[in-house]
Amino acid sequence: MAIDSAVLVVGGGLAGLTSALAAARAGADVRLLSHKRSTLRNASGLVDVLGYAPDGEGPLVDPFGAIPELPDRHPYRTVGVETVREGLALFDDAVPGYRGGHTDRNALVPTHGGTVKPTARYPASAEAGLASDARETLLVGFEALTDFDAAHAAAHLEAAGVPFDVRGVTVRFPGDLRADAGVTRYAALLDGDGVTVDGRSVGARQALAEQVKPHLGEAERAGFPAVLGDDDPAGVREGLADALGADVFEVPMGPPSLPGLRLAERLFDALDAAGASIETGNPVVGYEAEDASGRGSTRVERVFVDKNGADIPYAAEQYILATGGLVGKGLDSDRETVREPVFGCHVPHPEDRYEWFADDAFGDHPFARFGVDTDGDLRPVDARGEPEFGNLRAAGSVLGGYDFAAEKSGSGVSIATGYAAGRAAAEVVA
Amino acid sequence: MSSTPSVLVVGGGSTGAGVARDLAMRGLEVTLVEQGNLTHGTTGRMHGLLHSGGRYAVADPDSAAECIAENRVLRDIAAHCVEMTGGLFVKRPEDSEDYFERKLRGCEDCGIPAEVLSGADARRMEPRLAPDIDRAISVPDAAIDPFRLVVANAADAEANGARVETHTTVTDLLVEGGEVVGAELEHGSGPDKRVRGREGERETLRVDHVVNATGAWAGQVGKMAGVDVDVRPSKGVMTVMNVRQVDTVVNRCRPKGDADIIVPHETAAILGTTDEEVEKPAEFPEEQWEVDLMIEELSKLVPALREARTLRSFWGVRPLYEPPEVGSEDPTDITRDFFLLDHADRDGLGGLTSIVGGKLTTYRMMAEAVADHVCARFGVRADCRTADEPLPGSEDFSVLREHMDEFGLRSPVGRRSVERLGSRADEVLDTEGPNPTVCECEAVTRAEVQDAIAGAGPDLNAVRLRTRASMGNCQGGFCVHRMAGELHGYGDYDEAVVREAWDALIEERWRGQRHALWGEQLSQAALNYALQAATGNRDRDPADEGEVDFAAFDGGPDGTERPDAAADGGDRDGD
Repeated sequence: MAIDSAVLVVGGGLAGLTSALAAARAGADVRLLSHKRSTLRNASGLVDVLGYAPDGEGPLVDPFGAIPELPDRHPYRTVGVETVREGLALFDDAVPGYRGGHTDRNALVPTHGGTVKPTARYPASAEAGLASDARETLLVGFEALTDFDAAHAAAHLEAAGVPFDVRGVTVRFPGDLRADAGVTRYAALLDGDGVTVDGRSVGARQALAEQVKPHLGEAERAGFPAVLGDDDPAGVREGLADALGADVFEVPMGPPSLPGLRLAERLFDALDAAGASIETGNPVVGYEAEDASGRGSTRVERVFVDKNGADIPYAAEQYILATGGLVGKGLDSDRETVREPVFGCHVPHPEDRYEWFADDAFGDHPFARFGVDTDGDLRPVDARGEPEFGNLRAAGSVLGGYDFAAEKSGSGVSIATGYAAGRAAAEVVA
Repeated sequence: MSSTPSVLVVGGGSTGAGVARDLAMRGLEVTLVEQGNLTHGTTGRMHGLLHSGGRYAVADPDSAAECIAENRVLRDIAAHCVEMTGGLFVKRPEDSEDYFERKLRGCEDCGIPAEVLSGADARRMEPRLAPDIDRAISVPDAAIDPFRLVVANAADAEANGARVETHTTVTDLLVEGGEVVGAELEHGSGPDKRVRGREGERETLRVDHVVNATGAWAGQVGKMAGVDVDVRPSKGVMTVMNVRQVDTVVNRCRPKGDADIIVPHETAAILGTTDEEVEKPAEFPEEQWEVDLMIEELSKLVPALREARTLRSFWGVRPLYEPPEVGSEDPTDITRDFFLLDHADRDGLGGLTSIVGGKLTTYRMMAEAVADHVCARFGVRADCRTADEPLPGSEDFSVLREHMDEFGLRSPVGRRSVERLGSRADEVLDTEGPNPTVCECEAVTRAEVQDAIAGAGPDLNAVRLRTRASMGNCQGGFCVHRMAGELHGYGDYDEAVVREAWDALIEERWRGQRHALWGEQLSQAALNYALQAATGNRDRDPADEGEVDFAAFDGGPDGTERPDAAADGGDRDGD
């Protein structure tokens, strides 16, 4: 006896969460299975749609205008530009505290390495730092936080030609922190009541502001590494801004990324509110299918979840594969082949693994485009172009045909294809 | 001679650095030049085996005897560069009994301590050995960090008054009256050269003697003075595993063949190697079959290698040399012994000595031979002291104590730093400010990175070699930008110089990983690419790519009309 739902989503990243949310909001009975912690903790928390064309042109001001020019195999071409907009509308509605929905234009957000990158949606914490804003800026780094060197970032931003004066300063974070404290430790101190400075307890926000204030000069905004609070980031920024008399923003960083973790939390909350079931911590390890008659009519009957060595069956009418790409282990490989490990879907790739990569670190890497091909309904197809299963759709990085890192399109593709897959699955089961 | 003789040593590998140290210690005026980083050529591209001599005990007993002698010396004078792993020659059922016996006798004849182990005993020592390994010979092989060794030699040469110039090319040798009298040098310039000394200058250096210690490049340097040095470069692949599957050096006990050694090294293990003669030391194909061969063949000794994660592969070139009259067809037949070519004697050209052949294990002995030769030429009476005086970092190895509390470092980080730094640990780790970890995979802290920058200048590849930062599982994905930040924070380097060094490190890390792109390491490469390109926009950086019309982009929901900070209501429901 399997655990039943109408729509079963495999994967807990941005694509899985968006597909589950789209299906649940369309009224379907949805269950989401997620193995490990979401790869969103690796992500900056910025929601990119399209920053550069595949030929490298950019940064693009209007991501939507460029979509019709993309190659046929690109997932955006499969779902179409209107669906991209609808998916983003779902995101804007479901996720509080994001900006960018007021315009079709990309924003340029400073990175922790000091360049700028185009993105379509950004957390409110990054808003005051936008690079098209001409206000004088102070960047603040912490002595022990090696991921963000403020002076380096400031010098690099100047080299990128930003239209504002920018300086960087490094201060010691107040309180008694170990030299290798994690970002969550900084966030917790700023969230919390106080730190001990010179033997007395003071508010961490005030104490930090005191450290920064002498360096502020004429700057109207101050940028910090993205550690400004976990429970109450808006309050932390407000407290710092009040004490400094300047706007405060976060510069997104790499893993573990607080903005990414906050985004995952918001999406899980939204999914919960939409009435979906969520199970995390156990991998999907296999499936059973039934071959009715002929091509495209094979259907997934159930999948098996490994719980402490036991295979527990989960059945649904419609399935969505959102397990991620090479990064999220939704694709696996060995010296000979690349494969999709859950359903064994076909993944086109050159036979010779020396044709999987380009010679330069930032060359045009075939591996970056690895993933399943789909039909127009996002159903993965086999080597002959026929759907692998009648009731399986794929969304997000498990899809092939696009290089999200070069294009800066990862989140947008996950949201758009997740939305399309979730909505289509819900329509079938309605 | 009334004045101090001056010597130019060409080549900053182990031999060149060893020659410079020895001559400087004997009071000569020494300049060492290297076209790239220290160890740029062969030394930095070897598997890090400190030979016991066991490998050559049958075919090349002279080399074997030299190896065991120098093995003993280096354990003493370079303690912080050596890990005494011990070594095994393991025999599979299909390998010859007769050869096994000859290997054992050969070791005994060369004075190499050797002991026969049963298959079961060998597996007790190394549990991952294949179940059908039937016998083994244990020998005192060890692992050695070639970069640490060369840096220590170069540093000690400098401490004894030598001048050391990296990123410096010899463009010509000056020959006057049938004698080499100096060289034309070109010091690197521009941000990509990251030079410490005389950036961008050309220099005519006149000296009393030139030592050609350029290994596989010795023929090219000889040609500048019109002499033939017929080095036969032979390439070999090394594949780096992400963990130590073995803690002992494991050799296959058979006459010769590709892919027959595994060397544990810090957190990794290195598989080697192939032996293929190539035309030019700097240009040769790096081929897929070589990598596959390492895994397939060595899995027969350690089956776990078949499913293990490889981090990268790299190729080195052996500077093989044999006297012209021998004429071996197969590079594996060429002796590993070294040769001192006195060009006055050999070619009637004074002022030039070449040192060719040999191997890292015997670098000090080679240097001693060269220094003896040069000193004899100038009538300098000074004894060689390099076998007795420890290298910097190995002076007082009792410092391998618990440094964790002292420097506020957590246990594994502190232990590893102290192991790398040896007796320099106090000097390097005792810093004013906080000392956070910069590279988590290899447990490298800011203090070590800053110390390496002080020694290497704005060259993050040199920092990598000195510290091991960016050489672990993530291959720099999580730390190259941090290393760039440390470089910028260190001193007066322009942002553009830092950016070049940063990109050069990314590219260097990528080159070796390309040969390991499947399974876990392909996932890692995809993650690194995502972090660098998607999160960091390092691939399309406007600072590199030209002007951006910033005003055309989103200025925020409130546009440019901004209320002051205190009145910034916005929605406070989070972010």
